[in-house]
Amino acid sequence: MKPRHKRLALVVAGVAGLGLGAWLVLAAFQQNLVFFFTPTQVAAGEAPHGRSFRIGGMVESGSLRREGDGIAVSFTVTDTARSVPVRYRGALPDLFKEGKGVVAQGRLGADGAFIADEVLAKHDENYMPPDAAYAVKQAQK
Amino acid sequence: MIPELGNFALILALGLALVQGTLPLVGAWRGDARLMAVARPVALGQALFVTVGFGVLVYAFVTNDFSVSYVAGNSNSRLPVQYRVCSVWGGHEGSVLLWIQILALWTVAVAAFSRSLPRELVARVIAVMGLVSVGFLCFLLFTSNPFARSLPAALDGRDLNPLLQDLGMIAHPPILYMGYVGFSVAFAFAIAALLGGRLDAAWARWTRPWTLLAWSFLTLGIFLGSAWAYYELGWGGWWFWDAVENASFMPWLVGTALIHSLSVTEKRDSFRNWTVLLAILAFSLSLLGTFLVRSGVLTSVHAFASDPTRGLYILGFLAVVIGGALALYAWRAPSVGLGGRFALFSRESLLLLNNVVLAAAAGTVLLGTLYPLALDALGLGKISVGPPYFDAVFVPLSIPLVLLTAVGPMLAWKQASARDVLRRLRPVVLGALAFALLALVALRASAATAVGIGAAAWLLIGTALEAAKRLRAHAAGTRWSRRIAATPLGWWGMIAAHAGLAVFVLGVTVVKSFETSADASLRIGESVALGDFRFAFEALERVEGPNYIAARGRFEVTRDGKVVATLHPEKRFYVVQKMPMTEAAVDRGALRDLYVSLSEATADGAWVVRVQHKPLMGWIWAGALLIAAGGAIAAADRRYRAAKRVPASVAIPVSIPLPN
Repeated sequence: MKPRHKRLALVVAGVAGLGLGAWLVLAAFQQNLVFFFTPTQVAAGEAPHGRSFRIGGMVESGSLRREGDGIAVSFTVTDTARSVPVRYRGALPDLFKEGKGVVAQGRLGADGAFIADEVLAKHDENYMPPDAAYAVKQAQK
Repeated sequence: MIPELGNFALILALGLALVQGTLPLVGAWRGDARLMAVARPVALGQALFVTVGFGVLVYAFVTNDFSVSYVAGNSNSRLPVQYRVCSVWGGHEGSVLLWIQILALWTVAVAAFSRSLPRELVARVIAVMGLVSVGFLCFLLFTSNPFARSLPAALDGRDLNPLLQDLGMIAHPPILYMGYVGFSVAFAFAIAALLGGRLDAAWARWTRPWTLLAWSFLTLGIFLGSAWAYYELGWGGWWFWDAVENASFMPWLVGTALIHSLSVTEKRDSFRNWTVLLAILAFSLSLLGTFLVRSGVLTSVHAFASDPTRGLYILGFLAVVIGGALALYAWRAPSVGLGGRFALFSRESLLLLNNVVLAAAAGTVLLGTLYPLALDALGLGKISVGPPYFDAVFVPLSIPLVLLTAVGPMLAWKQASARDVLRRLRPVVLGALAFALLALVALRASAATAVGIGAAAWLLIGTALEAAKRLRAHAAGTRWSRRIAATPLGWWGMIAAHAGLAVFVLGVTVVKSFETSADASLRIGESVALGDFRFAFEALERVEGPNYIAARGRFEVTRDGKVVATLHPEKRFYVVQKMPMTEAAVDRGALRDLYVSLSEATADGAWVVRVQHKPLMGWIWAGALLIAAGGAIAAADRRYRAAKRVPASVAIPVSIPLPN
């Protein structure tokens, strides 16, 4: 091969590699972006069915219940205007508390409750997850 | 009075840093030896005053001087003394001071070990590091002074975040910063080369050990952070694709590309402008990481205050450093050129491929990390990009990378023989296929798992064969110890790091594929089964620590009726911060980790417990440590020190024509 051809082959290989990378990224992006919805938006039916998303707000006081097996929990997430019932199985994070901010990821169940696979509270007692704070602020506008 | 001395020392350090950042540059430009000679003593002086400032802050923490508001905000008189010392970097202000302190250490090291280098180069390198120091010292003094007083003094401090009260806090931040800041040396060398118009194999040989050392520290720092999250966050995860982790992972990826690209520049005098660009990018991403983590843009245990002036300052600083460096690069790089030529099938080509893949990987991580921030800042909605995205993008990129890692060292420089390489690859392919099949049949693994195990076997076998070939190549009859000692450390470092990568990939694949976990609600005396293991909740006692109270459980883990481990997970309550903490218990083994965490007590006296079995978990850590060790071993290669005896004029003089 002449040097010119070699260089061309290298450039083609490089472009092909970058193209593959870009394609992977865009495909993965399409499938895996997780959108955020406030309880008001969920109540208004704006949240998608059959796709994972996040909700955030405060855990409504007095709403936390453990089911008989001790593992399933249910609670209500509110942005002070509307609220959404949430069900979850498993251990809750240390800073999960009634009346405090929370963000949950999961999908809507058939009965309109939010089935969470993941519940996030944050690392500091006085700290409000920004998504939860945003939900409450939106609702109070 | 003493905190004011610390403040004063930092102001003096700023003054010296200004001198260090300007006079030697002017000297190098004009060829004025006296001005260039200023660099070393001024750099030492700056480092001395920074160290005094740092020492004063440590003193304020150790003596519980709560009139200093930073101390009052991050410490407490009941905090054990070792945690009081590391509370210095438990908050925003002290972290920035730690950054500056470590930059001072690297600068002193460069000043001390650069006697054999051309004085213009040394002057420029030290000056660029001085300018970086100016930027950070201004940031510290004008927006985040750690010595600010709040009088009257608080009676006691607000304590360190309980998550940070751990041995990991002593080691992880300083080591990680050693890596981040260490890339400033490669950056300074790159800028100096662009300014001076001299970029050749000798330059690459001077830059390499510094870059290898910084990369090794960064690897170790990321490892420490990950290992710490594994047991301290309480839920057994070790990598979350959290933006903070990505912030340290991006410079690591680009740094990995850089150490490979540097080897080409040193050995073949090729990839010149690409190497310089990578050096600039690696440090830029380190700065971006500092910005992401420290500005409060990201919310996590790492983000402290969200003060908008700080964010603006760092953003401006980033723009100046990255923009300035890239502008200089755009101006001077065309004259640097790519350097030596090579055939399509050669080690150079494979290293180029390595660089492309690593850069692409860093780009995808950057996109996934910044895209949600950008959308949020523009008010276009709130989204998050979680582990599924990164897994989907990263795994397809890393499998070919792992395969090529074994092939690269087999290829000759400049022009390799395909037939020879194919012959040497035959046992590697067979071995990898055998392991993949074994995984499919014996472990009933999924196809993806088999690919992961096969790739790890491929790399491990390929690296072992490469090592065997190199050792056999010595004259017959040479003793093995002699053969090992006669092989350069740089090469051994590569072997260690590549083997480490294989061990790491194997660990990750097996943990991801075969880990099991169960949540159960247990009363004392009850037990839960997980695979072959049975976790019995035997007892619960109350424990009092220096600044917390805890419920401490005792779990007996049995397998086929035999006790294999006794674990003591705790649920702590830190009284000052009124914060609960899960302190998980882990039984580590060569082949598996057993993991128990206490979640919460329910109303009827039962505890929600999570038990986990993680096969080959320790291999992830062993692999990461081996990779870090590889970098350190390679940095210790004798030829970087032996270079002293070679006068600069003997080194291949490939000078760059200066633009008019």
